[in-house]
Amino acid sequence: MKITTVRRINQLFFFALFVWFCIVTTVGEKFWQIRNWPINWILQLDPLVALGTIVSTRKFYGPLHCALGVVILTIIFGRFFCGWICPFGAIHQFVGYLGNRGKKVAEKIRLNIYRKAQCIKYLVLVFFLGMAAFPSLAGTLQTGLLDPIPLVTRSFQLVLLPIFDRSAYLTSVNARYYEFGWLIFAVFATAVLLNLVIPRFYCRFICPLGAFLGIISRFSIWRIGKIKSKGIECKMCEKACEGGCEPNGNIKIAECVLCFNCRDGCQHHHIAYKTVPSLAGETQVDVSRRGVVLSFVSGVIVAPAIRLSGKVASNWYTGVVRPPGALAEPEFLKLCLKCGQCMRICPTNVIQPSGLEGGFEGLWTPILNNRIGSSGCQLNCVACGQVCPTSAIRPITLDEKRGLGDFVSAGPIKLGTAFIDQGRCLPWSMDKPCIVCQENCPVSPKAIFTKDVFTTVRDGVVSIKQVTGNAIEIDSSIPADKFSTGDYYVLFEDGSRCKISSNTATSVGIAEAGSSLRSVSEGKLPAVTAGKIEIQVRLQKPCVDIEKCIGCGVCEHECPVSGQRAIRITAEGETRSTDRRLLL
Amino acid sequence: MTEPNQENIARRQLLIRGAKAAASIAATVGVARWLYDPKGPGAKNEEVGFLGTSVKGLPDFSVPRKDGQIISIVKGENRAKTVSKAIELLGGIERFIKPGDVVVIKPNVGFATPPLLGATTHPDVITAVVKLCYEKKASKVIVTDNSINDPASCFTISGISKAASAAGAQVIMPKDSYFSPLTLAGGVLIKDWPVYCAPFAKANKLIGIAPLKSHHRSVASMTMKNWYGLLGGRRNVFHQDINNIIAELAMLVKPTLVILDGTVTMVTNGPTGGSVSDLKKTNTMIASCDMVAADAFGGTLLNLKPADLPYLAISEKADVGTVDYESLKPLRAEVT
Repeated sequence: MKITTVRRINQLFFFALFVWFCIVTTVGEKFWQIRNWPINWILQLDPLVALGTIVSTRKFYGPLHCALGVVILTIIFGRFFCGWICPFGAIHQFVGYLGNRGKKVAEKIRLNIYRKAQCIKYLVLVFFLGMAAFPSLAGTLQTGLLDPIPLVTRSFQLVLLPIFDRSAYLTSVNARYYEFGWLIFAVFATAVLLNLVIPRFYCRFICPLGAFLGIISRFSIWRIGKIKSKGIECKMCEKACEGGCEPNGNIKIAECVLCFNCRDGCQHHHIAYKTVPSLAGETQVDVSRRGVVLSFVSGVIVAPAIRLSGKVASNWYTGVVRPPGALAEPEFLKLCLKCGQCMRICPTNVIQPSGLEGGFEGLWTPILNNRIGSSGCQLNCVACGQVCPTSAIRPITLDEKRGLGDFVSAGPIKLGTAFIDQGRCLPWSMDKPCIVCQENCPVSPKAIFTKDVFTTVRDGVVSIKQVTGNAIEIDSSIPADKFSTGDYYVLFEDGSRCKISSNTATSVGIAEAGSSLRSVSEGKLPAVTAGKIEIQVRLQKPCVDIEKCIGCGVCEHECPVSGQRAIRITAEGETRSTDRRLLL
Repeated sequence: MTEPNQENIARRQLLIRGAKAAASIAATVGVARWLYDPKGPGAKNEEVGFLGTSVKGLPDFSVPRKDGQIISIVKGENRAKTVSKAIELLGGIERFIKPGDVVVIKPNVGFATPPLLGATTHPDVITAVVKLCYEKKASKVIVTDNSINDPASCFTISGISKAASAAGAQVIMPKDSYFSPLTLAGGVLIKDWPVYCAPFAKANKLIGIAPLKSHHRSVASMTMKNWYGLLGGRRNVFHQDINNIIAELAMLVKPTLVILDGTVTMVTNGPTGGSVSDLKKTNTMIASCDMVAADAFGGTLLNLKPADLPYLAISEKADVGTVDYESLKPLRAEVT
C-alpha cells in the first residue's frame, strides 16, 4: 500500500473519530451519548492547548499530558499531526483537492510554491503567546481563537451539528440555539473556502499550532528531502505539496506536513523520508527576528490594552454569568479555549458562546443566557465542568454545587443573583397575579417568597345600589366575569373582605355563607345596604431572598414577560469572585 | 447560425426568437397566476380541529359513568398495591382498558428531581398502571409530558423513563413539532393555543397520574392542574388567571381515569419541593373518573376546603364534575 493511502486512511479515521466524539457529547446513557467516551482526547492531543495554558498559568494541567506525546513524536518525525491527524487539516486537504481538480499541472505547481507570507503563522503564534505570557500585566489565553482543534471543535459542536441535526434531533430533543454561532460559522466557512484560493491556506498562513509544530520539528530525525542533488526539474513533487514547502528545491522543512505526496509523485524516486538532509538544501523556519520580537511585544502590550475596558475589573458586564464551577474571571480567561464543549454538553442549552460583552478577550467564552434553552441551569447537573478540557470550569461534584455533604459549610455555588424588575413584573406594576418565578424556584426553602397584598383595581371604588342575598348590585358598570377568577375580593367600609365568586356588568356575587364554597376565614358579608365598596385583587408580589438565591436562572427562563424578563440573573453574589459580593 | 454582420435579421431567426419570447411571457404569466394571492396575509385561517380532524378540542377518552363506582380512596403505603386496589374498586382495569387500546399516561414530569422529593409522579405508580394496561392487552402504552425543566433530564432523574420503559411503555419527549393549535369550545383562555396533540394521534384512552402538592399560586396542584403539562407555547402567561386555566384544561381533557397519589404530600415549598422535609406521609391513593371530586378530596389532605380552591367551583359549574365528593359515595379500602 502506498504511504499516501495509509495517510488518507489515517486522516479519515481521525476525522471520523472527531465527528464521533462531537456526536457523543450528548447527555444520556445510550452508546452514542456521553457515557465514558474520551470526547476531549483530540483537544488534549493538541500541543498548543498545553503550551498556551502552560504559558498563561505556569502549570501543565494533568489531563493535557497526551500533548507531550505529540510533541515528542513531532521532534522525532516532524509535523505528522498536521498531515495525519488534525481533523481541520483533513478538511482543508479535501476541500483543496476538490477545488483544484482538473487544473493544469503547471497551475497546481504554481499554487503550491512557497510564499514568504507563510511566516505569518509564526507571528500569530508568538503574538498569542505574548498575550498570555505576563499574568502580572494581563495574561489572557487567546490561542483558542485560531488554534485549529478548538476552532474546528466549536464549529462542529455549535454550528454544523445543530444545523445537520435540525430535523432528526439525534443530539438534542429540540433545536439548539447558539447566539454567536453565526460568527463561528463565518470564521469556519472563510477558513474552508480559502482552500479554493490556495490549498491548505489556513495551515500554511494562519495556523498557530502548525507554526509551533514547525518550530519544534527543527531537529526532527527523519525528514523529507531529495536524495539526488541534481535532478530532472520536472517539479512533479510539488504538484500536490500540501505544506507548500518546495521539496524540489531548497526545502522549507518547518512547512512540511508530511503528506508524502512529493515522494509518491516523484517518478524518478528522487525524494525520500530519511535522516539525511535534502541534497538540494534545507531551510529552517523562515521568519525574521524583527518580526518575532515585534509580534511578541505587540501581544504583551495588546493584552493590557484590551483590559483597559475594565471588563475584567469594576466595569464587568452584568450579563457575564459563568457556568457553575467557573474560575474567577482573570483565572478563567487564562484557561478557556473557547472550544464550546460546555455549550454543547449543556442539556438545557443555557450555556452560550458570548459576544463581546465580557470584553474582546471573552469572545466565544461560555456565558449563561436564560432566555435560550429549556430551563436555566439545572440544579442536579454539573456536566459543563466535567467536559471542560482545561478546567476553566472546574469538574465539581453535585455535592459541591448544591452545598451538600462535605460542602455544607461552604454552601451552594451561586452563579449570580436574581433581581426583580418591578416595572415589568405583572404583580408589582400591573395588578395581575402571576408568581411563576416563585413556583419554579428549585431551592428549598424557596429563594423567592411573596408579599401578599390587596390592591384596589382601577375604577374599583363603586357605590352599592342594592343588596339581594349574596349579590351586591352596584351603580356603575364593570366587565362581566372579570372578577370571578378567585383572585378578587370586595372590601367593605367596615374593613371586612369577601371573595367574589361571580360578577355581572352591574353586580358582584359573594359565595353563600355556609356553602362549601365560602371559606369561613374570608369573613362574613356585613349587613350593609348602601355606601361604597372597593373591588380588590389579591396579589402575591415576588421578592428574592438573596441569601438563598443561587442564580440558576430558572425563574428568568420561566418569567412570562417574554422579552426582557421581569426577573433576571446578574453576576452579583457569584461564588467565584469576591469583588462582586453583595452580602455582608 | 446568426451572421453577425448581417444588417437585417433573417425571417427564420425572428420567428424562432419570437416563439421563445412568447413562451417566456406565457410561463411568466402562468407562474404569476398560479401564485396569485389577492388577499395577502392577515386573513384568518379557518379554525382547525384536533390534528386536522373535525374534532374540536381533544377527543373524548372517558368511559361510561357508573354510579357508585366513580371515585375510590385507598389507604396504604405501598403504591403498587394501593393503586391496583383503587382501580379494582372502580370495577377493575377491564372497565377502562380494552384489548388493542392505545393508552396515553400523563404523569407530572415537570421537574428534574428524584422520586424521593415527590415533585414528580412516583415511578412505582407508573410501573403498576402500565403493567395493568398490558395485562388487559393494551396494544401500546405511551408515557409523556411537556416538562417545565429540561425534558430529557426530567424524565431521567424522576425515574419515569426507566420505570416506563422497563414496563414496556413508550416514552415520548416533547418536541416543538408535537404541538398544534387548539381551541376549546366555550373557552376564553384556550383559543388557538399550541396543545400537545401528537401523542394522542392514535390513542383512545388517557390516564392522568398526579402527585399531590401544595402550590403557592393555585393553592394545590392535583389531577386537574396536571393537564397544564399539555399546554405548549409560553403557557406561563395563564398564571394570571390560574383558576380559569385549570378549569378550562379540565373542560378540554376528558380522561379515562385520573389517579391522585397522596402517599406522600408536598405540604411546603411546592410545587418544586427540593427537600424531604417539604413532604408529609399521608398514605392515600385516589382513583377517580371525576377529576373535580378527586381534587376536592385531595385538598383535604392539605387541610384545604373546596372554597380554598376556586377552580373546583368553576369546573363544577362547567359540568366537569362534582365538588361534593361524599355525594358520589367514594369506595374506601385499606391495604398493607
